[in-house]
Amino acid sequence: MYRSNVLVCGGTGCTSSNSLQIAQTLKDELKKQGLDKEVNVITTGCFGLCALGPIMVVYPEGSFYSMVKVEDIPEIVEEHLLKGRIVTRLLYQETVEEDTVKSLNKTAFYAKQKRVALRNCGVIDPEKIDDYIAQDGYAALGKVLTEMTREEVIQTMLDSGLRGRGGAGFPTGLKWKFAAANDADQKYVCCNADEGDPGAFMDRSVLEGDPHVVLEAMAIAGYAIGASKGYIYVRAEYPIAVKRLQIAIDQAHEYGLLGDDIFGTGFNFDIQLRLGAGAFVCGEETALMTSIEGKRGEPRPRPPFPAVKGLYQKPTTLNNVETYANIPQIILKGAEWFASMGTEKSKGTKVFALGGKIEHTGLVEVPMGTTLREIVEEIGGGIPNGKKFKAAQTGGPSGGCIPAEHLDVPIDYDNLIAIGSMMGSGGLIVMDETTCMVDIAKFFLEFTVDESCGKCTPCRIGTKRLLEMLEKITKGQGTLEMIDEMEQLCYYIKANSLCGLGQTAPNPVLSTLRYFRDEYVAHVVDKKCPAGVCKDLLEYTIVKDNCMGCSLCSRKCPVGAITVTDYIPAGKKRPAFEIDHSKCIKCGACMDSCKFNAIIKG
Amino acid sequence: MKSLAELQAIRDRAKAELNIRKENPNAARVLVGMATCGIAAGARPVLNAFTEEIAKRGLQDVTVTQTGCIGICQYEPVVEIEIPGEEKVTYVKMTPEKAVRVVNDHLVNKNVVAEYTIGANTK
Repeated sequence: MYRSNVLVCGGTGCTSSNSLQIAQTLKDELKKQGLDKEVNVITTGCFGLCALGPIMVVYPEGSFYSMVKVEDIPEIVEEHLLKGRIVTRLLYQETVEEDTVKSLNKTAFYAKQKRVALRNCGVIDPEKIDDYIAQDGYAALGKVLTEMTREEVIQTMLDSGLRGRGGAGFPTGLKWKFAAANDADQKYVCCNADEGDPGAFMDRSVLEGDPHVVLEAMAIAGYAIGASKGYIYVRAEYPIAVKRLQIAIDQAHEYGLLGDDIFGTGFNFDIQLRLGAGAFVCGEETALMTSIEGKRGEPRPRPPFPAVKGLYQKPTTLNNVETYANIPQIILKGAEWFASMGTEKSKGTKVFALGGKIEHTGLVEVPMGTTLREIVEEIGGGIPNGKKFKAAQTGGPSGGCIPAEHLDVPIDYDNLIAIGSMMGSGGLIVMDETTCMVDIAKFFLEFTVDESCGKCTPCRIGTKRLLEMLEKITKGQGTLEMIDEMEQLCYYIKANSLCGLGQTAPNPVLSTLRYFRDEYVAHVVDKKCPAGVCKDLLEYTIVKDNCMGCSLCSRKCPVGAITVTDYIPAGKKRPAFEIDHSKCIKCGACMDSCKFNAIIKG
Repeated sequence: MKSLAELQAIRDRAKAELNIRKENPNAARVLVGMATCGIAAGARPVLNAFTEEIAKRGLQDVTVTQTGCIGICQYEPVVEIEIPGEEKVTYVKMTPEKAVRVVNDHLVNKNVVAEYTIGANTK
């Protein structure tokens, strides 16, 4: 029995800033002090506050150490774990109030969150099935197998109002009902863990922090639709998630929670991993299943829908990781409990990956209906460097931008569609006034052009033409007619593409056109980029009267475009410098180096 | 896994380990003075005795924590017990054997072991 637990975050974010070394040093130091039998070190999944990583929490005190360094460990072990004196200097400063230490759950970042899908992330050791079982893990599977009929399970899902967390928001219960209704000798349950949106890492964090919840939920789905086999399609770019999933599958087998005759009920269910090779289109359901079959990952027309003919032409149900993460608790706590959270048509909570120009980059889970303002300003800690909020991008390359005027819209599936964006998988990228909206649209278009599988023409050629027009606009070669043409092409691509990738690819363009048309016009008519991002519309100039002639910029310039003039400004000792615009590559190095604010761009 | 009872058994076993990671405002707190004076007087075995005895009895709502020097070094090892809603009790000159009795009498049966308290030892 340990008297103290030290949790060290082993998510991808903290791992990349050396948290595994921290855990090892901690174990070594504890041994040195003879505390290794009293204090247990546990590597957990993501705590959510990735911006403050590496993160370490000491229980029972609940002390939250942030941005921990390996060098800090001996002090923490000697002072805190041996002598009981919390090293407040190294704590997350928001938890320190004069002489007391505040609970983590009372900090702005955590107080407004409601953790359902993430409830075990940062609490349990994801590589220990016992930890998951201690948190009522596999009790839901036990309950459905021994107490509920298949119909009751599906009815519970329908009543809960759970909708697919992958982005489209299709009711999960309905999906299961369709798959259950089709008789076949073999059915399949698949899990979509091919999280490909730039800036999204919700599913990765669930898989890394609580892999068993996905296995348990898939087995429940298997029972409900009558399937005995499951596949998890996970990106090969998520090595930690893949490793922990495999460990989880092996442990579940060992305990007989996967395999044959689970709980002695005669129900058989098995799960295998399939690694994706990095194609974004494989997140689309039909392409994903084609890829699992070992073929080139391309979508196919629907109908037939997967519930009728899916994997290997058999009835299949496919759900997203976060959707699965909700299911065992819906079974245990009841549909009413789940339906009591959220808005009328969007129940429960949603996990968002906060990124971009925001103080607390990380993972947050809030009830549906929370406003964007609460997420950005309160939980996210606002925009750094006193900059102004301009827009938030949700839904990745399929979504759109939400401007400041809609900051107070309660976020749910339908409201986001109404304001021209979409829930998507939950990436939420915050942009400040230094972001050019045309450039953002171009960025996402570049992504979809790269990732279009090429099977259908509207997507393959349409997105390419759209990108070409955007490139012309950012180079100052656009016309007003071009903007109208672009808009038309957007609607054409949406209406005619084969799969979700093409059908949503124009969304970033359409939503920026809707809210920031004036920026497009500025690029076209004034040939200016208001945010100062599009290089071809920029010019760096030295204001000669402010120039001290220190020559720093000319030494920093990588192309030798800055030379000395013979003009000595009034009151200055040395001659001023100037930029040769024919040589300038607009890298901005001169402006960053100037100590006298003598260089301007515009 | 052939039955729910098997799952229940694993859960019961694993739960104790995880309880420590939950913030529980109603938990009783055992604070063992672990400053230099405490350690020198033998606070470590006392701390371990508390942890072991509490685990042995499967007490759920108790946490064992160290604390610094409270200034009565001549009475170390000092142990304070805080039960929400009750007055704090300070035990002095503790030993592992006394710790076992404090767990049984005070934490389980709610009877303060008066003879070990600071009041009884300073008269």
